[in-house]
Amino acid sequence: MEGVNPKVSRTLLDDGTLAPETDPGLSWDELRFVYRHMVETRLLDERLTALQRQGRVGFHVGCLGEEAAILGSAFAMRPQDWVFPCYREFGAALMRGLPFQSFIDNMFGNDNDTVRGRQMPDHYTSRRAHWMSVSSPVGTQITQGVGFAWAARLRKEDLATLIYFGDGATSSSDFHGGMNFAGVFKTPSVLFCRNNGWAISVPTERQTASETFAQKGIAYGVPSIRVDGNDLFAVVFAVKTAVARASAGEGPTLIEALTYRMGGHSTNDDPNAYRKSDALQAWVERDPLLRVKRYLEQHDQWTERQEEELKQALLDRLRVAISIAEAAPRPRLESMFDDVYERRTWNLDEQRAELLASVDSARGETPSHGGARG
Amino acid sequence: MPQMNMVQAINDALRQEMRRNDRVVILGEDVGKVGGVFRVTQQLFDEFGEDRVIDTPLSEGGIIGCAIGMALYGLVPVPEIQFADFIWPAYDQIVNELAKIRYRSGGDHTAKMVIRAPVGGGIRGGHYHSQHPEAQFIHVAGLKVVCPSSPSDAKGLLTSAIRDPDPVLFLEPKRIYRAAKGDVPEGDYALPLGVASIVRSGSDVTVLAYGAMLYEAVDAATKAAAQGVEAEVIDLRTLWPVDIDTIIGSVRKTGRLVIVHEAPRTCGFGAELCSLVTERVFYHLQAPPIRVTGFDTPFPYALEMDYLPLSHRILPALLRVMQSE
Repeated sequence: MEGVNPKVSRTLLDDGTLAPETDPGLSWDELRFVYRHMVETRLLDERLTALQRQGRVGFHVGCLGEEAAILGSAFAMRPQDWVFPCYREFGAALMRGLPFQSFIDNMFGNDNDTVRGRQMPDHYTSRRAHWMSVSSPVGTQITQGVGFAWAARLRKEDLATLIYFGDGATSSSDFHGGMNFAGVFKTPSVLFCRNNGWAISVPTERQTASETFAQKGIAYGVPSIRVDGNDLFAVVFAVKTAVARASAGEGPTLIEALTYRMGGHSTNDDPNAYRKSDALQAWVERDPLLRVKRYLEQHDQWTERQEEELKQALLDRLRVAISIAEAAPRPRLESMFDDVYERRTWNLDEQRAELLASVDSARGETPSHGGARG
Repeated sequence: MPQMNMVQAINDALRQEMRRNDRVVILGEDVGKVGGVFRVTQQLFDEFGEDRVIDTPLSEGGIIGCAIGMALYGLVPVPEIQFADFIWPAYDQIVNELAKIRYRSGGDHTAKMVIRAPVGGGIRGGHYHSQHPEAQFIHVAGLKVVCPSSPSDAKGLLTSAIRDPDPVLFLEPKRIYRAAKGDVPEGDYALPLGVASIVRSGSDVTVLAYGAMLYEAVDAATKAAAQGVEAEVIDLRTLWPVDIDTIIGSVRKTGRLVIVHEAPRTCGFGAELCSLVTERVFYHLQAPPIRVTGFDTPFPYALEMDYLPLSHRILPALLRVMQSE
């Protein structure tokens, strides 16, 4: 097979025009739809980080600077397709139908959380959004997303999977296994690597000696492409092309989206400890939101007033959602023992009774640390 | 009723379930045309084709990771791990993903499957073809673990495991793959998980065993009877959730306990069984429980028959547990 073109595919050019050969043909409504979600994502990142600093939510893993890569790729998928997330893509989950209140309830780990407060914040799930349950181990979703797509192919259903992972995950055995199975069985999968420069504190040059991450596809017989991950149009075009290939039975595509993690790995990380702040400047100029906004404004499709109204509406909505989430009770004690199996086994019945009895004997007092308020 | 060995009985269960439910698929190394290195999936490829009996690349992590994806989609994968000794590259997927998906998604997603893996020693397989790693999986919340000892149980339990809503690790004692023979019901045959079998009644001592070592326990019990000791031998069959009521009922009656397993002793399943019994019926015990197990060494090649807890090591334990005051 041919090598990977090391050139990075760009659509939105510096002069504000779109390269016609990679123009995904978005309508203004579609573009404004994605842009609104990019704004929502950035605003939520800011507010959730602030809430973590205030001690009101336990954790947040954001995507500052990666909004075009995340929202553009998810937007390019069809309703029947499924997303196998890494853990940094809440904005795309919301865009695909994760209910806003469910997301905020998950951030607070309360009784209304769809995962019943069993996971850290940002570890939600949404069958409605065709969004697989988020887990923390890096790379495990790659083989799973490949297997899911493979199953759909075996059942002759036209369905593709979008599998998110970062540059760090390309070092995992699951990346190797997933790419290999995807190549051998021609699974309808879009393997979407967000090369954001960092795996917590480890830079890309410590993840691989390869010139690019995309070229890893050659070894597995998986066509690969590099795109400017901060160029919404280029991302949408690349993913739509990959989905079309998958749908036509031509198998998987590996996409390396070049972007930059402008924030820390998570709220528990301080990037000042390992990278110079001037490294950010070049990426501030390539801010994916600004690029879309300028394009919309140049074509009189967006105004500052619309931007302000959108942000205000989002903040109002968030304020209401937070007040509901904070007022919700923490998960019921008994729920700890549910969903381990479809039906509780005898040992879980015993341990459940033991916990409830211990709470009774403490007159309903439970430890105050951890969990949600309520 | 036809006579079958363990390999034929497992093959029969797979065939019946694949005929009954077209979402059941087999995947693994060499499971296709050749029918697996132990021939357990023999001829299934011919009947069900390459989309349902799938030869995969040599990657346990890939097999189980992809099988989880298939299960999330709605298929019922029955992946084969060629030897349980090779399951460890998939341990992360089994422990952190497969076993947790129902819980961590609040029941939004489930990924049920049956992972089949041959276990145990006595086949001159050395360290890497002889391990019996049930304890590392019983310890994991969200998994069920089964280990049959007879062809009919193997068929009935595998059928139930494939129909079960939760992930099941199905451990096949390969030393008795062909040695164990017996009548096996034809057609649809399911045995409930979580129910042990009392294979020999006795009033003096309860012996807990499973898999290939069941036969050693029965042999030792027969020899003990000649010396006046009547052992009650229980085949656990489902290791988790274990049939605690049958175990406790027996120990209440006998007041003595011997536990047999191939795996190393320390933190082995016997430790848990011992704790379960002593927590519940300590005052019924007339002697300290004894574990007859593999040793806390890697599985040895040349000395494997001295490592395994065979009849000649179980018999002295049965006699010794009677002498305690």
